[in-house]
Amino acid sequence: MDLNFGKKYKDFTKEVKDFCKKYKGIHFIDSSKVPLSGSFKSGEIKMTRSDWQKILIEKGYFARSIPSEYGGYGEESDIIKSRIIAEEFAKSKIPPPMGGQGIDMLVPTLLELGTEEQKQKYIKPTLHGEIIWCQGYSEPNAGSDLASLQTKGKLIDGNWVINGQKIWTSTAQYSQMMFCLVRTEPDASKHAGISYLLIPMDTPGIEIRPLVDMTLNAGFNEVFFTDVTIPENNIVGKRGEGWAVANATLSHERGSLSDPNAMMNRLNSLIDRMKKETINGEKVIKNPVYRDKLMKIQGKVIAFQSNSLRVLSAKLNKNQDVKIAGMIQKLVGTELRHELEGFAIDIMGELGTLYENSPNIRDGGSWQIAYMYFLGLIIGGGTSQIQKNIISERGLGMPKEPKVQQGA
Amino acid sequence: MYFGLSEDQIFFQDNVKKFLEDNAPLDVIRKIANEDDKTSKEDLHKGIITLGINNILIPEENGGLGLDLLFATAVSQSLGEGIATLPFTGSYVMAPIAIKYGANEEQRNFYLNEMSSNNINFSIGFSEFFGSRNESELNFLKNKVNGKTFFVMDFDYATHIMVCDKDGQIGIVSLESTGIEVVDLITVDKTRVFKEIIFKNTEVDILENTLSSKEAVNNAIDAGRIVIAADSLGASKAMLDKAIEYSKERKQFNRAIGSFQAVKHMCAEMAAELEPCYSILWHAAHSFDSGEKNKKIMACHAKSHISDISKMISKKATEVHGGMGFTDLLGLHYWFKRIGVNRQMLGSPEIIREEAAKSQGL
Repeated sequence: MDLNFGKKYKDFTKEVKDFCKKYKGIHFIDSSKVPLSGSFKSGEIKMTRSDWQKILIEKGYFARSIPSEYGGYGEESDIIKSRIIAEEFAKSKIPPPMGGQGIDMLVPTLLELGTEEQKQKYIKPTLHGEIIWCQGYSEPNAGSDLASLQTKGKLIDGNWVINGQKIWTSTAQYSQMMFCLVRTEPDASKHAGISYLLIPMDTPGIEIRPLVDMTLNAGFNEVFFTDVTIPENNIVGKRGEGWAVANATLSHERGSLSDPNAMMNRLNSLIDRMKKETINGEKVIKNPVYRDKLMKIQGKVIAFQSNSLRVLSAKLNKNQDVKIAGMIQKLVGTELRHELEGFAIDIMGELGTLYENSPNIRDGGSWQIAYMYFLGLIIGGGTSQIQKNIISERGLGMPKEPKVQQGA
Repeated sequence: MYFGLSEDQIFFQDNVKKFLEDNAPLDVIRKIANEDDKTSKEDLHKGIITLGINNILIPEENGGLGLDLLFATAVSQSLGEGIATLPFTGSYVMAPIAIKYGANEEQRNFYLNEMSSNNINFSIGFSEFFGSRNESELNFLKNKVNGKTFFVMDFDYATHIMVCDKDGQIGIVSLESTGIEVVDLITVDKTRVFKEIIFKNTEVDILENTLSSKEAVNNAIDAGRIVIAADSLGASKAMLDKAIEYSKERKQFNRAIGSFQAVKHMCAEMAAELEPCYSILWHAAHSFDSGEKNKKIMACHAKSHISDISKMISKKATEVHGGMGFTDLLGLHYWFKRIGVNRQMLGSPEIIREEAAKSQGL
């Protein structure tokens, strides 16, 4: 066991700390046009989201392993550095590099499977936050059984003509482009009939309807396609290979939904809140029942954080086998975060139910928002039940469910 | 950076596991538990001593292996997995640590040398310190001890008893002394023995540093908790493995029951909760070994969290076995009961979580 990262990383941590000091208080002047930038609009240092992305790439703090000819930093990836950056940025509340489906999912996919022309055209502006992407996967009748999707694409005179509907499309309202799974081979079997298409969102025939979720945010959208016509070469991989292309990126999504450092920050905010709140004149933190429940959650968070250190270690030391430790992160992480946020509401009692701009609201209502938001994450990106199927079948080697016979 | 057991630690762990698989299959454990088969039990103890598990934490200069708590933790996982009917946590983990921190130089060298040459074996009774109950109370007066202490563990081959009072003073009593009454306690777990000990004006050697410092008792209990948690983790892993295996073999409705999602999800839930237990366990042992500031919090959480997860697994894994899980025939209950007793040893989860809260200033 050795939890030190060595001198190289000590120096790097200091460099990042200095960087964070220099850029404390950023104000994005275009925050309304870029998702997840909204909370940075009160500082003294004014710039666009894109300026910030460029500064981060120049320092090697973002897009580190992406070749420089496509706009990245062009060095080997270094997960320890990524971790230090994430931790230090979170501590000093500096805006993290943009994430989102374009950067986290489309860019790796293009690097692996895109044509040279696609890489040249899309990667750099995506990294700069100038092209924002949304993901067109789920449909009303294709959720956990995603491969049953029915949005159709027909090749007519050298163009794809697309008809159908997508749902759960986050950031569609900000996006310039969508990467989309479309059934292009209606006669092929379920998984072999899908293609991975790149659709400009300003193409005529696309209608975006906001889908208001239980937090009362329109975080998602429905997207309708009526004779949407795009060029034939807006395809990644070959016709009918879309399922394989998409699977490469789904594994990227699952890992990113449960961040142990964010969880630890949240736990510490909860402890602060419990020190401030009182019930019948006594601080909540002194109430033995609440104390015990807090400690129970702290134990779980420490176990989860330690698990992620073990997963990190396996990435650095190739001989370590942590298959199941990696597989459980989405399930355990989202469920635990939901439990933590829900407990924070309980310690506030009636006050915990306040929402929006109510008088007496605590922490801007963030506990209720997160409590509901993480219920969304328990469901999204492969529900907890789907995760359990994956863990039991692929992790524990348990037998698959027998296929239901057609026409039975 | 490397998070996990080293090759040496895994090697040691596998050796102990293999030894128990070869020498202590369930029918042997059953004989020892049911019929009090002393010969089998002694053979097992003699055998495991040759692997060196009694000497892990004794420094090399005293004839020990000079290894750390993470090693002991790795070994304890195997002992729990094989429900070994052997002393370990008290005799070979808490005792050397209590002596390391609590003894003066003369005491330290005497006891550690005698332990490594297997002339002295300790039984441990520290319950007074973390959770005294109605009927118990222990008083040291100069070099005499009076009173009663419960749940003295690892009595099997003891030559001496190490006890602790509510203030954290630690005293050592030779079993050859007069004024010792040993009462058998019968727990649900027949794989290990527990005693009640009554002292009447009994000669005691107080570890000198414990007169002024609680460091020895705190370290011994932190280490003990981590190692008991490891035992429960090993036992839980055994139960989950058995449940998965059974679910692949047992057929109902013309299918292996393991192909039903209801059963699959139970197993996935067990695995999903068990996996982070390895991490918190090793992390806690590492924090102890490197003397980190948060070592007490880590030890508390390792014990209380793993106790909770193990309890859940002991229930669910039994349920996966259906009616067979409830029988004596299958023997699954030995693991179930071991987990149940471990949960209460050195503090139940609620008591330990309160300690965790206090130790971070809450």
